[in-house]
Amino acid sequence: MSDRTLLTVTDLRTTFSIAAGDVQAVRGVSFTLDRGRTLGIVGESGCGKTVLARSIMRLNLGSNVTTTGTAEFAGRDLLSLPMADMHEMWGMELAMVFQDPMTSLNPLVRVGRQVTEHLRHHLGVGRAEAARTAVDLLNEVRIPEPEARLRAYPHELSGGMRQRVCIAIALACEPSLLFADEPTTALDVTVQHQILNLLSREQRDRDMAMVLVTHDLGVVAGRTDDTLVMYAGMVVEQAPTGALFDDIRHPYSEALLRSLPRTSLASHTRLAAITGRPPDLIDPPSGCAFSPRCPYVQQRCREEVPPLAAVDDPEHMFACWTPVGSPEGRDAFTRNLADGLPSTVAVDLAIHASSNGGEAV
Amino acid sequence: MAGTGKAHLRPEDEVLIRVEDLVVEFPSGRGRTVKAVSGISFDIAKGETLGLVGESGCGKSTTGRALIQLPSPTSGSVRHGLVELTELSDEAMRRRRTDIQMIFQDPISSLNPRRAVGDIVAEPLRVWGPKDAAGQKELVDRMLDAVGIDPDLARDKRPHEFSGGQCQRISIARSLVVDPELIICDEPVSALDVSVQAQILNLLEDLKADYGLTLVFIAHDLAVVKNVSDRVAVMYLGKLCEVAGPDELYANAAHPYTSLLLGSIPEPDPSAALDEDLADDGELPSPIHPPSGCRFRTRCPHASDRCSAEEPQMREVRPGHHVACHHPLVAVAG
Repeated sequence: MSDRTLLTVTDLRTTFSIAAGDVQAVRGVSFTLDRGRTLGIVGESGCGKTVLARSIMRLNLGSNVTTTGTAEFAGRDLLSLPMADMHEMWGMELAMVFQDPMTSLNPLVRVGRQVTEHLRHHLGVGRAEAARTAVDLLNEVRIPEPEARLRAYPHELSGGMRQRVCIAIALACEPSLLFADEPTTALDVTVQHQILNLLSREQRDRDMAMVLVTHDLGVVAGRTDDTLVMYAGMVVEQAPTGALFDDIRHPYSEALLRSLPRTSLASHTRLAAITGRPPDLIDPPSGCAFSPRCPYVQQRCREEVPPLAAVDDPEHMFACWTPVGSPEGRDAFTRNLADGLPSTVAVDLAIHASSNGGEAV
Repeated sequence: MAGTGKAHLRPEDEVLIRVEDLVVEFPSGRGRTVKAVSGISFDIAKGETLGLVGESGCGKSTTGRALIQLPSPTSGSVRHGLVELTELSDEAMRRRRTDIQMIFQDPISSLNPRRAVGDIVAEPLRVWGPKDAAGQKELVDRMLDAVGIDPDLARDKRPHEFSGGQCQRISIARSLVVDPELIICDEPVSALDVSVQAQILNLLEDLKADYGLTLVFIAHDLAVVKNVSDRVAVMYLGKLCEVAGPDELYANAAHPYTSLLLGSIPEPDPSAALDEDLADDGELPSPIHPPSGCRFRTRCPHASDRCSAEEPQMREVRPGHHVACHHPLVAVAG
């Protein structure tokens, strides 16, 4: 562990007990994050990415939630800290920007008081000085006329402006780790671009570590150092972002990327949709959780859970018996193509074969 | 545009719907008016998918809804074949709505949670379809099957038992059951995951081919719009900026606003340079007091005095590619 290491998560598991059974939302996730680095967490809805972020922040409250494992942050295990100590960490050391800027601000409190709340509470800053800092912060997140905006209520601001306010609040006490949970999903594409630029700039200028949770591989691509791809509560592929996109190894990551419409493709290009749905996390499938939807599936995949391990590049880990681009993967795909795929995998084989560029087939 | 003009309209015999000078305004209290759509003209050819793109608040949904007179536009004309929809009586319009159907953004809230899926899809038939129960059931089953839902499993279930993607399939089945000519899809995939989004987009392409449908596809995601459209119209603050075929538009964006939209798309490719200097921290101005001249000029890097004084008119810059801008980003042909 280098002295740059800020957060080390080890075998984190989160379970929600509901009437129907125990939902295993996060099933053993481990990763490390260095100071000043950005980590992207990607996956479909329900893959556990938000629950993971909220578990580390200790925001999953309620008697029906069980979280095990450790999340060591600057030498302290966040998961075993007393809640009172955690309260002191929020805002000061760890901060979070949420998906929906419309509902994450208090509608009855003026923006200024919401921005200065942390400063006054944690740092004991006086009212006048806090107001000055708030103006600086709003300037920094590029809100025009910050003095006037401090007096505004959240409903007087647009969605993009509200998200800027949320970012200003999160940055107020200069945390060393910022979680951004789908910060731009509710926003327009132009505003998304502005907000992501803002987050990247602040992250660099402050040497702050950032975890960017998103379902959009496009958002992760240019803006993170490392990426975790999650499926059914587990990490299926983990690599430096550049390496991941250059050399995708897990069939799920491949499928996720292929299903994305891209402007570089001609109009009416048929998309390689992933059929089926993510598994039920009350009773997850034995073996690899993606096996029921995977075009490379083999008998072994249904029986044994593949470990998350590196093969060539020690930084590029994936959990698959028949990885994309390997001889095993190629054989598996050819065999499936010849035998007819399991009925659950209604992959459009023509697309799959053609977009594999004859490599896998 | 952020301007006006009709240079991009096609001869009347080629089009299914022709909209001219459409204006939709809403009262906003204290004598003010929200100018949601301010004089736009476009047409939709039979069998074509028209993509309408723009930011929230640009008037794209209002335009889609004005096509089916929900509500009736403040002024302007919407012609469906030879019929002027804006002049129809309420009853005559009601009868026409079987030809023009709509699919909404949020699939879960657009289905009645207390009714069984079979009843939801059969509802339009109760009004318009065959009166015998067996005929209705057969049609419902056929449509559910066409959208990839097993009718025997789904018929008696309620919407909450289905995922977002499945609910969107069910609303598509409901719109198809009256055999429409035109379906207005208002952000049909924005609430869905990428993997499900791809399924729904593929489904819409298949249904369009199978049933000879014409589609209006409203969305803010330019990559999605490019994928499904035959023609794309870019809107900004109640005006049209640019109309072109998708491949042409994305390769040779002529309007600075289109170029801004395209530059904002996050491409899933880490080697693609991020345009962090994209000089835009702007927001949509208020539709109550829109800027004079070209409405985009307050955010436009190329704006000149002419842009505030004179509203740009639609003109053809390349074959089939029309733009309303005084300073288009491509050389004007001819």
